[in-house]
Amino acid sequence: MFPTPIEKRPRAAQITYQALVPLALVMWLLPLIAVALFSIRPLSDFTNGNYWGVPSSFEFFTNYGKVFLESDMPRYMLNSVLITVPTVIGAVALSCMTGFALGIYRFRGNLLIFFMFIAGNFVPFQILMVPVRDLTVDMGLYDTKLGLVLFHIAFQTGFCTLFMRNFIRALPFELIEAARVEGVAEWRIFWFIVLPLMKPAIAALAVLIFTFIWNDYFWAIVLTQGPDAQPVTAGITSFNSQFVAQYHLMSAGSIVAALPPVAMFFLMQRHFIAGLTLGAVK
Amino acid sequence: MTAVTDPTVPRSWMQRNRMTVTPLLFLAPGILFFAVYVIIPIFQSFYISTYEWNGLGELSEQGEFVGLRNYQELMTDRAFEVSLWNNVKWLALYLLAIPAGLFIALFLNQTIAGIRIYKSLFFFPFVLSQVVVGLVFSWFYLPREGLLNAVLGFFGLGSVNVLGDPTLATYGIIAAGLWPQTAYCMILYLTGLNAVDPEQIEAGRLDGAKGWRMLWHVILPQLKPATFIAFVVTIIGALRSFDLISVMTNGGPFGSTRVLSFYMFEKALSEYGFRMGYGSAIAVVLFLIMLVFIGYFLWQMYQDEKSARR
Repeated sequence: MFPTPIEKRPRAAQITYQALVPLALVMWLLPLIAVALFSIRPLSDFTNGNYWGVPSSFEFFTNYGKVFLESDMPRYMLNSVLITVPTVIGAVALSCMTGFALGIYRFRGNLLIFFMFIAGNFVPFQILMVPVRDLTVDMGLYDTKLGLVLFHIAFQTGFCTLFMRNFIRALPFELIEAARVEGVAEWRIFWFIVLPLMKPAIAALAVLIFTFIWNDYFWAIVLTQGPDAQPVTAGITSFNSQFVAQYHLMSAGSIVAALPPVAMFFLMQRHFIAGLTLGAVK
Repeated sequence: MTAVTDPTVPRSWMQRNRMTVTPLLFLAPGILFFAVYVIIPIFQSFYISTYEWNGLGELSEQGEFVGLRNYQELMTDRAFEVSLWNNVKWLALYLLAIPAGLFIALFLNQTIAGIRIYKSLFFFPFVLSQVVVGLVFSWFYLPREGLLNAVLGFFGLGSVNVLGDPTLATYGIIAAGLWPQTAYCMILYLTGLNAVDPEQIEAGRLDGAKGWRMLWHVILPQLKPATFIAFVVTIIGALRSFDLISVMTNGGPFGSTRVLSFYMFEKALSEYGFRMGYGSAIAVVLFLIMLVFIGYFLWQMYQDEKSARR
C-alpha cells in the first residue's frame, strides 16, 4: 500500500490524519454545504443580509414544501423520470446485443464497427446539434419526451457498446464454445449463457446511464422547451427566473433536482464505481 | 444433440451461415440507431456548414450555398478567436484535475474508521449535474452574499466579483468544472491504487525508495491505465464544457467566457440569431480539434487490442 499505512506511523501522525480528513472534506464540500444551509433559511435572512450567520428560523418544511407545491418542479421531475428510465432500458438492451456481436464473433470489420461506436461516443455534441434537431422536428418529435429518449438511446449506445463488448471479451470463452459443440442455437447462447453473466455489467451501466441522462442539460434545451417535456436540469433554470434572488427556494430546488442520481449513487455505489473505472485497472 | 453434426440431415441456409448472420442481426438495431443519430449527422453538419441557412424550411430550398465563406468569416471573427483561446485555457487548466485527483486519492488511501464514507463523499461532486454545480458555484461567487467573499473578508482580503470580471470569469468557471472532474480522477486513482502490487512496493522500500521517488518510479507506472482514462475523460470534458458556461455566465461578461461549444449554440440557436450554417462551421472546427484526440485514443486502444488478440 502506498503511501505508508497510517497504522505504522507515530501516534501523533495518526491523530493528525484522523482530524485532517473530515476537515478536508468540509472544505471540499463547502459550496454544497453553503447551498444546503441556504435552503433552510427564511427569506427574511436574505433581505436582512444575514447570509452566513445563524439562521433566524429553521424553514426546511416551508422552503421544500414551496418547491413541491407551488412550482413546476414536480412536473420537471416526472419528465426526467419518463425520459431517463426508457433511455436506460433502451441503451442497455441495444448495447447488450452489439456488445455480444462484437465480443463473441470474429468477422471482417468487427474492430472497425467497434471503433466507430467509440469514436462517435467522443464527438462534441455541437457537431450533431443542427441535424439531430432537424430530424427531431421532421419526425414531429420536437418538444416531446420521446424525441429526447430516442436521441439519448442512440448516443449512449456508443459508450454502452464499448463497455459491454469489453466486459464480454473478459468472459470465459470456453463456455460459449462448449455450448456450440452441444449445438445450442446462437440466440440461445446469448439469452441463456451470456446475458445472465452480464448482470453486473448491466447494473453498472444502468446506474451510470441513469446519472448521465438525468444530468443532461444540452440536449434538453436543444430538443425541448417548456414544462411539458423538459427535464429537471432545464426546468431548474426557468425555476430560477421564477424565483429570482430567492436563494432559499433556488437552493432547495437545486437540491431536489440533484437528489435522484445522488440516491442512485449511494445505493449502487459498488456498481457505479466499477462502471466508471472500467479499464482503469488491468 | 446430434442434429448439427449428422451429415445425413440437410442443413438449412441459416444454419450454415449462422456465424455470419447472427452478429449482423444482433448489430443491426444498434448500428441503425447510431448511424441515424450520430454518424450521419456528423457528415450533415459538414454539409450544412457550407450554407447560409436560418434553419427554416428545407436546406436545399431555403438555404443559400456559400462554399467556404462561413470559414472565411470565422477567421476574422473576434468572438471566435476569444472562444478558441478560452478552449485552450480549458484544455490546459482542466488537466490539473489529474494531479489533483491523484493527490486526493493518495491522501485518502488509508484504512481508518469510516474511510469508505469519506471516499464516497469526496466523490460526491461528480454525481451532481453540471447545472447544479454551476448554480452552486455562482452563488459561491456572489459579490455580496457569496461564501467566497465571506471567507476572503474573514482573512481581511478585499472582495472580488469573479463572474462579473471579464479577466477572471473563465477561470472561475474552470475552477467550478475542476471540482467534479477532480473527484472523477480521484476515484480512478483510488481504484488503481487498490490494484498496485504490494510486492513491488516492498521491493522498492528495500531499495530505499520512498516518498516522491517511490511515487514516480514504482507507483505511477502501475497507475498508467488509470492515468490514460483520466486523460481521456478530462480532455473530452474540457472540450465539451457547455453547461457550466451557460448556467454561470451565459457567455458573458462581454462574451469573455465563450468557448467553441457555447458560441456555436449561441450562433445557431439563441436570440443572437439562427445562423445554422455558421454555427455548423464552428462545430466542425471543434470536431476537428476533438478528432486529433479521438485519433490518439483510438490508436492507443488499437495497440491494446493487437496485443490482446486471441
